[in-house]
Amino acid sequence: MFSLSPDEWTAVLLSLRIAVVATLVALPFGIAIAWTLARKDFWGKALLDGVVHLPLVLPPVVTGYLLLIWFGRRGPIGSFLADTFGIVFSFRWTGAALACGVMGFPLLVRAIRLSIEAVDARLEDASRTLGASPFRVFLTVTLPLALPGIIAGMVLCFAKALGEFGATITFVSNIPGETQTLSTAIYTYLQVPGGDASAARLVVVAIVISLIALVSSEWLARRAGTRLHGG
Amino acid sequence: MLVVDVEKRLGEFSIAAKFEAADGVTALFGPSGSGKTSIINMVAGLVTPDRGRILCNGTLLFDSAGQNQPPHRRHIGYVFQDGRLFPHMTVAQNLDYGRRMYRLPADPAARSRVVDMLDVAHLLARRPGKLSGGERQRVAIGRALLMRPRLLLLDEPLASLDTARKREIFPYLLRLRDEAIPMIYVSHHAAEVKRVANTIVRIESGRVISIGGPEIIDTADPNALR
Repeated sequence: MFSLSPDEWTAVLLSLRIAVVATLVALPFGIAIAWTLARKDFWGKALLDGVVHLPLVLPPVVTGYLLLIWFGRRGPIGSFLADTFGIVFSFRWTGAALACGVMGFPLLVRAIRLSIEAVDARLEDASRTLGASPFRVFLTVTLPLALPGIIAGMVLCFAKALGEFGATITFVSNIPGETQTLSTAIYTYLQVPGGDASAARLVVVAIVISLIALVSSEWLARRAGTRLHGG
Repeated sequence: MLVVDVEKRLGEFSIAAKFEAADGVTALFGPSGSGKTSIINMVAGLVTPDRGRILCNGTLLFDSAGQNQPPHRRHIGYVFQDGRLFPHMTVAQNLDYGRRMYRLPADPAARSRVVDMLDVAHLLARRPGKLSGGERQRVAIGRALLMRPRLLLLDEPLASLDTARKREIFPYLLRLRDEAIPMIYVSHHAAEVKRVANTIVRIESGRVISIGGPEIIDTADPNALR
């Protein structure tokens, strides 16, 4: 019979929590940057685009190292956040969420940007002539029409966060119950004698979660699509 | 009363147009590509002129000396050639959109009058994707009317329709004249313009070449609506 040990459950639930928090916190930033890249022309746009995509091309260990330097307890951003808001990242699950959010961010921004670019700018013009301020044009026209792409981006970001390994383990290590995610737990079980069965069970869980995310996003996107185009 | 005096360079093409539009229907009449749509886009605030000024009922909308009201504060209704209804909203939500954005109080009497005038009552619960071209254009007219514009811009509202649909919409346009909202009607169809407008501004290559009553259009125009 398929059942997980308490330690395996801990890793699964922690992974889910980290992936959900990473995706939800990254979302507003992702939408703002995707909109800026899709609709605005400004000096340094190529640079912003490059920086956003950097975690996609850098070795994850390098990203983890940079996070450690900047967001660690003694890093410039990390010490500021710890002293002013009491938010600590190093060796905490919040740090794992940060690492996962950063790694998933390019995928999130890319999907949302493409869907915003696909929104007919002439509809936005129509909305402006009907009295909508730029922010309300965004809220009432751009955002709802880009919804399928936003859902797709969230699923990509969630999946990336669930599978993230290199940046997480570099930044916040592999502490059971605090920063040990599904991926790092599988890796750990494979390193110890007799851990194969645990690793295999977690692999099955990872596959199931990924499939559920994929299928439900397809369903949501199709529902949003029919809502937009007829029906 | 609308006063327009604008200049705009668009690549190789340039616009330098000066005219006044009194109450009633003023047509901007000229061949495709003569700059008519660009001119009303400047009136709506969607395009910024390089130089000049635009006044509507004594309010300065644009002055290159340093005044440029954004489109969402101009209270100018716009019926686009392609309708541009919001696909994610029902017809009813489309109709109420302008009123909500301008934060006007709900006016059920005005709404049902416009809905009746345009015969769209049976469409209210539907989404634009399922409407015919003529129905879409009627909803677009209603949407622009219900925001209580001080001026209504119509950009070739019949151009995307076939002859049968044109005949269907035309009576509604004539009814629209009784709404007592000044209108700018852009078209390249001589017969259409002669029937709708009381003032005609002829545009060619971005310039105003003549202004006058319906008599300034030659009825032998091959583009005339039959």
